Amino acid sequence: MERRIYLDNSATTHTDAEVLQKMLPYFSEVYGNGSSQHFFGREALMAIDEAREKVAKAIGARPAEIYFTSGGTESDNWAIKGAAHALRAKGDHIITTAIEHPAVIKTCEALEKEGFRVTYLPVSEEGFVTAQQVEEAITDKTILISVMSANNEVGTIEPIREIGAVAKAHKILFHTDAVQAVGNVPIDVVKDNIDMLSMSAHKFYGPKGIGALYKRNGVKIERFMDGGEQERNMRASTLNTPGIVGIGAAIEKAVRDMDKNNAHIAKLRDHFVKEVLENIADVRFNGSKDMSRRLASNANFSFEYIEGESILMSLDLAGIAVSSGSACSSGSLEPSYVLLSLGVPIELAHGSIRFSFGKDNTMEEVDYTLKTLYEVVARLREMSPLFKKFEGEDKNV
Amino acid sequence: MYNQKVMKEFANPQNVGYIEDNDGAGKVGNATCGDIMEITIKVKDDVITDAKFRTFGCAAAVATSSVATNMVIGMTVDEALKLTNAKVVEYLEGLPPQKIHCSVLAEEAIKAAIEDYRRRQSEKAGK
Repeated sequence: MERRIYLDNSATTHTDAEVLQKMLPYFSEVYGNGSSQHFFGREALMAIDEAREKVAKAIGARPAEIYFTSGGTESDNWAIKGAAHALRAKGDHIITTAIEHPAVIKTCEALEKEGFRVTYLPVSEEGFVTAQQVEEAITDKTILISVMSANNEVGTIEPIREIGAVAKAHKILFHTDAVQAVGNVPIDVVKDNIDMLSMSAHKFYGPKGIGALYKRNGVKIERFMDGGEQERNMRASTLNTPGIVGIGAAIEKAVRDMDKNNAHIAKLRDHFVKEVLENIADVRFNGSKDMSRRLASNANFSFEYIEGESILMSLDLAGIAVSSGSACSSGSLEPSYVLLSLGVPIELAHGSIRFSFGKDNTMEEVDYTLKTLYEVVARLREMSPLFKKFEGEDKNV
Repeated sequence: MYNQKVMKEFANPQNVGYIEDNDGAGKVGNATCGDIMEITIKVKDDVITDAKFRTFGCAAAVATSSVATNMVIGMTVDEALKLTNAKVVEYLEGLPPQKIHCSVLAEEAIKAAIEDYRRRQSEKAGK
């Protein structure tokens, strides 16, 4: 039988079967518009309210602080642009990091074109930014701090609580892109001092096309879309009832099963990392070495002498799905800016692969992947003009 | 993204290696850009009798190296100089637009190997 091993769970996850079941009635049976006053609408609204409560509860927020969006990118755009525009009179400076997702980086760049000034904080070799760095970057014109909860490429978990405390002490808004963290890492918007948080359902076994923005009560931002009065007149557009039911069901289950899932996923990941480092020569493990400060799902390696996309495509031919930080994969000329920000040399960044494990992966799949990876790396190195045969090395590849 | 033909060529590339006693060697690209192609050729009476490649690069770079080396074997050096990346791409039944530069690299590596061959020939003649 043809193998289909999915090790790209940071890109997206499948919609959990239970979650899907809960969504299905809201396509064709309970199809009312949640804004309608009649009973069709009220039925939909009841489901929407229930989902809003679940999303709020999962992050320690109140239901009225949750706004449904189309996903992480929209939430990031809305939070950052909405806050910047609302606070324009107060200041024009934003602090973020060099390793944010493009949804944050490109949004900040767009604001720079409008005249805002943005500080992109550098990160350590393992991908960390510190609260002290954030504090030192604050000026009297700073209006917003946006730091991701966990990085999508290398899985680094940032010290959000400390950064939130700094923001609070200086009375500056704090936004976090928690797209990779929600459902995988405990989050409490009160204890973590978070004013705004972005999330996306498809990263935690929910459907695609639905996300949420948490906005602390009292925080003023501009509305995202003009139109109807949905989402307390902040985000026009007919409410996506099936999607909203999906994000509610998915986040409830993800938070409930977080410890169990993480224990399983970390076991697979740790075995994989240990075996790769033991059996492949000249490989660099990117991101945090301290596994407790890294998403349980994430392993990111750079393989010397070979290029990432050819590793990805070779694994693809063997039925294994991963992603790469190489330039060739992205279609740009530059390899991953995240890896470059961590100080990974550019040649090595071209040879990087992210393996992201999920709750349904098995140890058998991990072992098959290891075996295949050794063959792929050996084959591509044989083909590479950069590769010099090692002598006296006690490694398989 | 890649068509079946490209994937097949990438999975089973022809002419991988390095001809130790080559008559011409060309290396183009650099690691910073994420693409290096090295082609060595064996030439007898101005006809390319063998060609091998080593490539650091993506699937398209490997596939085009394989096709380009295959194409020039049996050609005279003059014919091989006329090999264009368009012909390599045509043989592969197309490449994604962002991968066309990989095929240019193959053309350049062949040209570099032939230039090296000619340089060595003229050095010999000069002696």
